[in-house]
Amino acid sequence: MDHKIVGKNTQRLDAVAKVTGRAMYTDDFFERDMLVGKVLRSPHAHARVTRIDASKAKALPGVVAVLTPADLPKIKFATAGHPWSLDPGHRDVEDRLILTDKARFVGDAIAAVVAEDLLTAEKALHLIEVEYEVLPHVLTAEDAMAEGAPLLHENRPGNIVSSFGVQFGDVEAEFQNADVIFEGDYETSIVQHCHIESMSAYAFVDSDGRVVVNSSTQIPHIVRRIVAQALGLSWGRVKVIKPYIGGGFGNKQDVVVEPLTAAMSLAAGGRPVRYCMTREEVFIDTRTRHGMKLHLKTALSREGKLQGIHMQVLSNTGAYASHGHSIAMSAGGKFRPLYDFRAIKYEPKTVYTNLPVAGAMRGYGTPQIFFALESHLDDIARKLEMDPIELRRKNLIKLGHQDPLTKNVVRSFGIPECIAKGKELIHWEEKKKVHQGQTGHLRRGLGMACFAYASGTHPVALELAGARIVMNQDGSVTLQVGATEIGQGSDTVFAQITAETLGLPVDMVHVVTTQDTDITPFDSGAYASRQTFVTGIAVRKAALEVRAKVLEVAARRTGLAPAEMDIRDRMIVETSLGRTVCSLGDVAMDSFYDRLLAAPITSDTSANVRINAMSYGATFVEVEVDIQTGRVEVTELWNIHDSGTIINPKLAEGQVHGGVSMSLGAALLEQMLFDSVTGKPLNPNLLDYKLPTVLDTPKINAAFVETFDAAGTFGSKSLGECPTISPAPAVRNAVMDATGVAFHKIPLYPQVVFEKFREAGLLAERSVQHV
Amino acid sequence: MFDICELCEPETLAEAKAIYAANPELKVIAGGTDVLIRMQHGSLAGAGLLSLRNIPHLDEIEMLADGTISVGAMAPFTRIFEHELIRKHVPVLGEASVSMGGPQVRNIATIGGNLCNGAVSADSASTLFALDALLKLETAEGERIIPMRDFYAGPGKVNLLPGELLVAILIPREGYEGMGGHYIKFAPRKAMDIATLGVAAVCKIRENRFVELRIGLGVAAPVPVRCFEAEDYAKGREVTWECVQEIARLALKPAKARSSWRASKDYREHLIEVLTQRAVAEAVKRGGGCCAD
Repeated sequence: MDHKIVGKNTQRLDAVAKVTGRAMYTDDFFERDMLVGKVLRSPHAHARVTRIDASKAKALPGVVAVLTPADLPKIKFATAGHPWSLDPGHRDVEDRLILTDKARFVGDAIAAVVAEDLLTAEKALHLIEVEYEVLPHVLTAEDAMAEGAPLLHENRPGNIVSSFGVQFGDVEAEFQNADVIFEGDYETSIVQHCHIESMSAYAFVDSDGRVVVNSSTQIPHIVRRIVAQALGLSWGRVKVIKPYIGGGFGNKQDVVVEPLTAAMSLAAGGRPVRYCMTREEVFIDTRTRHGMKLHLKTALSREGKLQGIHMQVLSNTGAYASHGHSIAMSAGGKFRPLYDFRAIKYEPKTVYTNLPVAGAMRGYGTPQIFFALESHLDDIARKLEMDPIELRRKNLIKLGHQDPLTKNVVRSFGIPECIAKGKELIHWEEKKKVHQGQTGHLRRGLGMACFAYASGTHPVALELAGARIVMNQDGSVTLQVGATEIGQGSDTVFAQITAETLGLPVDMVHVVTTQDTDITPFDSGAYASRQTFVTGIAVRKAALEVRAKVLEVAARRTGLAPAEMDIRDRMIVETSLGRTVCSLGDVAMDSFYDRLLAAPITSDTSANVRINAMSYGATFVEVEVDIQTGRVEVTELWNIHDSGTIINPKLAEGQVHGGVSMSLGAALLEQMLFDSVTGKPLNPNLLDYKLPTVLDTPKINAAFVETFDAAGTFGSKSLGECPTISPAPAVRNAVMDATGVAFHKIPLYPQVVFEKFREAGLLAERSVQHV
Repeated sequence: MFDICELCEPETLAEAKAIYAANPELKVIAGGTDVLIRMQHGSLAGAGLLSLRNIPHLDEIEMLADGTISVGAMAPFTRIFEHELIRKHVPVLGEASVSMGGPQVRNIATIGGNLCNGAVSADSASTLFALDALLKLETAEGERIIPMRDFYAGPGKVNLLPGELLVAILIPREGYEGMGGHYIKFAPRKAMDIATLGVAAVCKIRENRFVELRIGLGVAAPVPVRCFEAEDYAKGREVTWECVQEIARLALKPAKARSSWRASKDYREHLIEVLTQRAVAEAVKRGGGCCAD
C-alpha cells in the first residue's frame, strides 16, 4: 500500500526534549511546601508485627507524620494493572494492604515517615520501634507447597495463588501412541526490569479536596481506580497525572507507590509529599520477573511431527499475587498459534513465597515458557539427529489457524519467511561448516529460537482505547490518547497514523504526551504490546471522523460531495482531477468562525477492540564460548520479526535493540540472589546485579518480514515485547552447538558454565591442587 | 542527601595535614566514588569529611630525576591511562586504570582513593604490586615511603597512621623499565564491575628467558598479593608454554581464595591459574618473548 507517512522513519516526537533534558519527569516537578516520605521495611522474611511505637519518631523535629498499619484503612486491594472486571470472578487477587502488620518478605513495608527532608525522614525511621514475632518462611515454590508449610495468606491452601490451566485433545492418548517421547526440565531465574527512572510519585490534596497523584506509571487510569480503592475513596476524588517516564517494562503496569504516597499526603494534612524509591528499594519492593521451573513432556512421530505436549510450570510469585495468577496462564497460550500440537495439557501453578513480589515484565511470562520450549525442541532435535530448524518448520501451524480456546485467528503468518531470512542473514550453513572440528579453548556455535506473541489481551481482558482529536485554526490537530508513551514511541506512531489519515505532515499533529485522568480519554495504558494495535485502531477511528467532518465543511464550500474529495498535504483536493479546491486551513477557519455554521471539528471516540493478531519472529545467534573461564560471548545476532506493517522502522529497530538486550541479560548475567537461609536479598543494586552494560551488548541486528494483518491499523501487529522472547533460548542452543553441553537453567553465568563444563569433562582437573 | 556534619576543603597540602592532625576522625574524601556510596548506604553517618580536591598539584604525573614515575594520589584514572608517561613507560597501569568502572567513574575516581579504600578488588592495586611500587605517605610531622605490600592490612584496611595522607605512588625505574606487562580483569561485565579476579603480570625477557617476572593478584586473598614462588621459579628459565603453565600453578601458592555468593573458592582458584597463564603469556609477548603453545 502506498503510504506517505506510515512506514517512514518519522523522528520520535520527544527526541529533542529528551536529549536536551527539557522533558519533565515526575521528579522534575515541585510543589510548594513539599515533604518527603520514606518507608520502614521488615528485616524478616516472614513475621507478625506485635508492637509499633512511633512516639520517638513523631517527636523528632521535622517529622510531620508517621504512618503505621493502624492509621490506614483495612482494605485489601489488588495491585495488578488490569482493566476492572464487572465479573467478581474475574478480578485480580486482593491481598495487599498499604502498610502491613504481617511482613511477608524482607523489605515488606511496615511503617512510613513524612518529614521536611530526606535525612530527617531517614533518621525518624530508626526511631520507630517495632517488635516482630518471627514466623517460619519459605523461599521456593516446592517448599511453599509442601505439607505443613507456613501460609503467607489466609484462604490460600498450599500457598497456591492459582493453578488454572488449559487442555485440549487427549494428551495421554498421544503419549500412548507416540513413536518417541521426550522429557526435559528447564528453569529461569528471578530478574528485574531495571528501568532507568526509579519508582516515583508525589501526591497532594488540591483546593477542591481531591487527591492528586503525579506518578511514573504506565497505567494512569488504573492507578486512579486502585488508589481510590485502597484508600476507600470515591474514584472521581482521585486524579492521576503521568508525565514523561523513564521506562517501565511492566514494573509500572502495577500500582506500587501511589496508594502509600497518597496516604502520606493525607496524613500530612494534604501537603505535597514525594516518595521516590532508591534503586535498592526498587529491587526489593517493586516487582520482578517470575522465576519458573518447567517440566515438558512431548510426544512425537518418528519423523519429528509434534503430537502432544504436557507442560507443567511452577511459578514463584513471591509474597503477593500482583499479576502472578494471570501471567502463568497468559504465557502458556502463546506457543499454540506457532506449533501445531494435536493435544496440549498446560498445568501451571503459581505459588506464594517469602520473596519480593513478581509481576508483569516485558513478555509477561512468555520468555520463560519459550526458553523451556525452544530449548526442549533443540534437545529433541539433537536426540533425533534432526536439524533443529527443520524440526520447527515441520511443525508450524498454517495461516488461517484458529486457536481452539481463545478462538483468535491467525490472519498473517510470516514465521516461515523469518526463519528463512534469519538463516540466510547469519550464513547458517557456511558457519556450520567453519565451526566443524573446533579445538582450543574458544569454541563457536550457532543457535536459533522462534516465538509467537499476541497484540493485546483479547479475549481475556477488555481492550478499550480512547482517542480525541481537536482541529486547530491552522488545520493542525491536537491528539490526546489515554495510552501512555513510556519510551516505546507510541506517541510518534499515533501521530503518524493521524497524519497519514488526515493528509497532514507529522509536525501538524500535536500529541499531548501527558496523561491526566481528568482530561485524558479513557484507556487502560501501556502493556501487552497493545498500543499500536489497540490504541492505533481508536486513533485511526478518530482521525477518520475528523476527515469526514473536514470533507463535509469542504463540501459546503465547494459544492462537491465529500466522497469526491480527499485531503492531501494540507489541501482539499478534487480526487478525480487532482485539483486543489481549498486548503485545510480554510476549512478549519470556517469550522471556528463561520457566522452561521461554525462548529469546531473534533472527534472524541473510543474503540473496544475485540480481535487479536499474532506476531512472530526468530532469533539467530552465534556465540563464542571460552571453555576455560565459562564466559559466553555473543558474536553475531539477528532478530527477525513479523509484526505486520512496520509503522516506523527506526522505532521498531529501537524496540528490538532494547528487547534483545533484556533477553541477553537474562540469558547470560542477570539474576536476583537471596540468602537461602534468611531470604535477604544479596544483590539489590546495579553493581552486584549484573545488568549488561553497553560494552557487554553485542551489535544487535533487526530485520523485519512485513506481512499485512487485516485486524491491525494499516496492517500492523504488536512488537514491544516480542524481541525479548527468543534470544535467551537461541543463546542457550548456540552454547550447546558450540560445546555439546545442554544447559537447563539461565543465566549462563560464567561460574555455572565452568562447573558444568568440568562436569562434562571439557576441562581437565587442575593438575596441582592448591596447598 | 548525605548525612555530613562538616566538610573541610583545604587549599594546600600543609593545611590538609594540619587539619587532619588536629582531627584524625575526619574521613578523607578524594573522588568520592567509594565514600559517598558508603554514606548513601547509611554507614559513616554524621561524618566530617576532609576533601583533597582543592589542593593543587596532587594529581600530577611526572618522572623524577632518577627515573621514578610519580603518580599523584589525586590523579583520576582517566588522566592516568591517557597520560603520555604512563602510555610510554607503564602501559600496564593504563590498562588497569581503564578497566575501572565507566567513563564517569574514571573521570572522578582517583588512584589514591582506590588504594586507601583498601578493597582487594582495586584494579590499580594488583598492578602496582606487580610494578613494585612505593607509596609516599605524609603527616604534619613528616613523610615515609613504604612498599605497596606493606600497605594492605586486611579487607578494607590499610596501614595509614592517624592524620596520615597518601600523597603519591612511586614506580621506580627498575619496576617498569624494559618490562612487558598485562593486566586481566575478570568480571561478569566488561564495564562498571568489580573484579572476580585481577591478574597483573610484568616481565623482562632476554633471549627468550625470564630475567624477571612479577605477578600481582587481586581478589585471590583478603589483600592483593604477589606470587613470589612463581616469580622465583621463572627467573632465568626459558619461556615455554610448559614453563608458563608451571608459573600459573605456582601462582596459586599465595592465594587464599574464599567462597562467597559472588564466586566460589574453586572457581577463583581455577581462574587464578587460567588467567595467570594468559596474563604471563601476553606480558612475555609484549616484553619481546614468545611462548608459542
